[in-house]
Amino acid sequence: MIDKYAVFVPNLTNRAENFTSGHRACQGCAEALAVRHVLKALGHDIVISNATGCMEIVSSPLPLTAWNVPWIHVTFENAGAVASGVAAGLKVLMRKGKIPEKRIVSVGMGGDGATTDIGLQALSGALERMHKDFLYVCFDNEAYMNTGIQRSSSTPYGAATTTSPAGKDSIGQHTWKKNMAAIAVAHDIPYVATACSSYPFDLQAKVIKAVESGGPAYLHVLSVCPTGWRIPSHLAIKYGRLAVETGVFPLYEVQDGKYRMTADIPKLRPVRDYLSGQGRFRHLTDTDIDIIQKRVTKEYDKLISLHKSNNG
Amino acid sequence: MPKPMEEYRVEDLNPGCVIDEPGNAVVYHTGNWKSQRPVWNEQKCIKCGVCWNFCPDNAIMRKEGGYFVADYEYCKGCGICAHECITQCITMVEEVV
Ligand SMILES: Cc1ncc(C[n+]2csc(CCOP(=O)(O)OP(=O)(O)O)c2C)c(N)n1
Ligand code: SF4
Ligand SMILES: [Mg+2]
Repeated sequence: MIDKYAVFVPNLTNRAENFTSGHRACQGCAEALAVRHVLKALGHDIVISNATGCMEIVSSPLPLTAWNVPWIHVTFENAGAVASGVAAGLKVLMRKGKIPEKRIVSVGMGGDGATTDIGLQALSGALERMHKDFLYVCFDNEAYMNTGIQRSSSTPYGAATTTSPAGKDSIGQHTWKKNMAAIAVAHDIPYVATACSSYPFDLQAKVIKAVESGGPAYLHVLSVCPTGWRIPSHLAIKYGRLAVETGVFPLYEVQDGKYRMTADIPKLRPVRDYLSGQGRFRHLTDTDIDIIQKRVTKEYDKLISLHKSNNG
Repeated sequence: MPKPMEEYRVEDLNPGCVIDEPGNAVVYHTGNWKSQRPVWNEQKCIKCGVCWNFCPDNAIMRKEGGYFVADYEYCKGCGICAHECITQCITMVEEVV
């Protein structure tokens, strides 16, 4: 029977699980799934500097750890700086012959709060210094989830959070999502990409490309959070797919400044398909949805024209 | 071999709170969080492993013969596998206590 079906998923991917069972992420957490797949692609020769946030809290209640690779918990604001130090330190240890010469990737990790808000300066410095074998991954669940769903600069327009509540006089978050990938691109680094754990093979391929680029590289991973988005846990993968299919979160990569769209979407679905069903958007009116649709179409068209001009 | 969390004493901790047992979180069983469990219909399963790939808790294993099964010690019952399964061969069944 299996012969009729060419694809056997476990054969397409590294089977080692370096983010172990026993972590305490919520049911259906697609941020934990994103971490799982990023680690599959990275292999063993890495050192992770992880800013505080859900993925750190759920994985490292002393004396337990869900990590099977060298991992440091750092404060909220300095994952970029610590990962820089690790990259520089490894280089010195190799030069002095204290550890064998080989590629060990220094990986900075943080949530959207840690990356787009409080850790932005440390990250910008790291990208500016052009560290080799340096990768930063932002796991973007579009709010400060670990402390109870407060808005960040990565929270999308119209989303209700505990600090951007929707009501008679408020639409919820009233600013547009910060375009963090574009900020990374502005640093002129070799590789920047967006990804989502609903597309695990695309995600893994981008991690590998990021490492192969030599670094510094930046990945922005949309990570669906059922708890904060107010959706049932079994729909976490579906909503990541809808974000991509509606153009709300386009998948693309920027290699040496050249944009390339990486998901094949002949025609975008209406944003309503993505917004409806999520509790954080349930107050939106038809007019609000129209405003969001216009913005999404405009931003998407910008990317398509960059793609076209960069790919002949 | 890591021991259950409750058995650690302050004296067991390393200076700087360094944890020197990689992946010892496996001693913490999240399986009792669930209110429903996935059950596979092997008549419909094509052994593709999509369920395995989308599990956020690495709680799906491949058994002898190529079929998949949840590790109920860790499965939190989120239902992603049942929703993503291509042939819809997984049913979520309510936990009875
Ligand atoms: C300087 C500082 N301010 C506040 C906190 C409290 N804090 C810990 S995690 C967190 C939210 C993290 O949000 P994000 O980076 O988006 O990660 P997520 O939990 O959403 O994955 C906050 C506010 C802190 N640890 N340090
Ligand atoms: S709050 Fe969201 S991101 Fe954090 S563990 Fe729960 S589902 Fe995952
Ligand atoms: Mg967040």
